[in-house]
Amino acid sequence: MAETTTAETTATSAIDKRGDQSAWILFYRRNGRALNAFITFLLVWGFFAFNNPTLFLIPGYYNAFLFSVPATIIITTALVFVIVSGEIDLAFPSVMGAGGGLFMYMVLYGVPVLVAAAITMALGAAIGFGIGAVVVWGKISSLVATLGLNFFIVGLVNLLAQGRNIEARDAVGSFGYRFFTSRWDVFGLQVPNHFIIAIVWTIFCYVLFTYHKFGVRVQLTGDNPESARQMGINIDRVRIGVFVFSGLAAGLCGVILVQTANMVWFPTSGKAYLLIALAAVFVGGTPVWGGVGTIWGAFFGALTITLIPSGAVGAGFAGFWTDFMFGLVIILSMIAHRFSGARVR
Amino acid sequence: MTAKQPIVEMRNIVKRFGSVEALSGVSMTVRKGEVLGLLGDNGAGKSTLVKTLAGVHDPDQGDIIVRGQKVSPWTPMAARDAGIETVFQDRALAPQHSIVTNIFMGREITNGLGLLKVQEQIDEANRLMREIGFTSKVFNPESTVGHLSGGERQGVAIARALYNKADVIVLDEPTTALSLTETQKVFRFVEAVKDSGRTVVFIGHNIYHVWDIADRFFVIDRGRTAFEGEKAQFTGADHLIQLMHQLAETGKADTTSLRPVVDAVA
Ligand SMILES: Nc1ncnc2c1ncn2[C@@H]1O[C@H](COP(=O)(O)OP(=O)(O)OP(=O)(O)O)[C@@H](O)[C@H]1O
Ligand SMILES: [Mg+2]
Repeated sequence: MAETTTAETTATSAIDKRGDQSAWILFYRRNGRALNAFITFLLVWGFFAFNNPTLFLIPGYYNAFLFSVPATIIITTALVFVIVSGEIDLAFPSVMGAGGGLFMYMVLYGVPVLVAAAITMALGAAIGFGIGAVVVWGKISSLVATLGLNFFIVGLVNLLAQGRNIEARDAVGSFGYRFFTSRWDVFGLQVPNHFIIAIVWTIFCYVLFTYHKFGVRVQLTGDNPESARQMGINIDRVRIGVFVFSGLAAGLCGVILVQTANMVWFPTSGKAYLLIALAAVFVGGTPVWGGVGTIWGAFFGALTITLIPSGAVGAGFAGFWTDFMFGLVIILSMIAHRFSGARVR
Repeated sequence: MTAKQPIVEMRNIVKRFGSVEALSGVSMTVRKGEVLGLLGDNGAGKSTLVKTLAGVHDPDQGDIIVRGQKVSPWTPMAARDAGIETVFQDRALAPQHSIVTNIFMGREITNGLGLLKVQEQIDEANRLMREIGFTSKVFNPESTVGHLSGGERQGVAIARALYNKADVIVLDEPTTALSLTETQKVFRFVEAVKDSGRTVVFIGHNIYHVWDIADRFFVIDRGRTAFEGEKAQFTGADHLIQLMHQLAETGKADTTSLRPVVDAVA
């Protein structure tokens, strides 16, 4: 095998050439999208802070931010799986709403908060399975199917709730409630438990996405479904799996939403997250075409999108600037992400 | 050599795409340790036949029997589990992902929790790329496949087919778009696989090439078996070419000129 030896020699030199690149360049090549999302967040924050430095340097200013951002982080990171698989989920707000409502009913009927939360996540996953089944087995485009299902589920929930709020103020202060909402004082910054839950969740998503068979198959299915199928990946199962996962995340978000509203559920619960979470995925650097994506990018995307409305006001802009700034950030970050890679075919 | 036993038998395979009948009852047997050359015009149904063999197409009629047993359901994973690896005509790669990820597509090396054994995959990918000698230019297993040349992509697809130590390796036009040296590598690869006692199904349009490496030929025409024969039954490559010309012109090949099979079943 004289052939092998020559091949090996050239190969080693090729490795050496690559080895010349600094660790930084390699790190950027691998994590460029997440890094761009992080830089976007820093720039947006920096812009606001520059306009009102005193306010933005007070740790306590971020208390409200840390209280409201976890739900966005959790649903955004889960949506990365859906987008990367080549699908889209527009039905998650309805699952959030339905999940929150089911959770409240369980709590009202005496189910302990943590048990009710676990059941709600399972129910969210079950609804997600139903959504996935309609998309995959019904062979309907997920854009249209989940758009319709979102209306359908919201409508169903409203019929059941007869348009009324559900309150369970007795559960405020219970162990389960505190499990989600207790705060830790860190140098004057009040870090709520559900923010820590969101961090743990993001790490979980990162490992699942990058190092688990499921995440890898989601990426391969999104990159080239026919290739994935030819190599034995059950792409139908993968696609249903991403909807189950987003349903589970939406269930958890539903629970968090009612808890952060002092155990009150509104029929509109979850509705506001549709565009916010999708914008966060894309600002976070996951491209629309599927196949690749980034969990930490989505994390920073969620931070950026959540910061804009309150940050703009804090920086002294009138409230009506918010939408304009959303738009500006989305467009500018899309241009920035172009630099970390156009689609490879 | 001892008698070659059948390893896979495809019986009366019919495959329709809407109103197009791509295969109308093809029966093809693949025997252990042979190199089977699958020939036919463009659109004859070669790729459809090997995609059916790979479990990608579910035949409308017909059976697939592996080592004497009918396997059903016949899916891509079932075919791979049965030891059939295919290098598809379109290569079936994920261009946005690394060489390693592509090599282990559908067959990731994982622990009990389903987490990837990253280093093990990289080491194995290195070994495979070295084994097939497609390593000269881009060797880094973490390179993105979409940045590779056509020949290099081909190398990745072949390395993937090799990893599982499959009994049958199917190559659908593996040398199209390859340079002379790369083509030689593919031939050496086919010989190495054969020498290790395994089976190759080889599709190609250059009949001289296929003649050189195959032991037996199977020719299909518009979804039907035209003729088949062992190498010893032909007087030479020109004989095979003459029959194929005849087939293309008259729609039928006169196989009376084939020599009788000498060592039918020893
Ligand atoms: N997925 C499909 N949908 C519809 N028709 C198809 C499909 N796949 C193959 N066909 C048709 O089936 C016939 C056989 O195609 P096939 O790809 O098997 O030919 P081939 O012998 O591999 O040709 P080539 O040498 O050009 O690769 C063609 O008429 C083709 O148009
Ligand atoms: Mg073909």
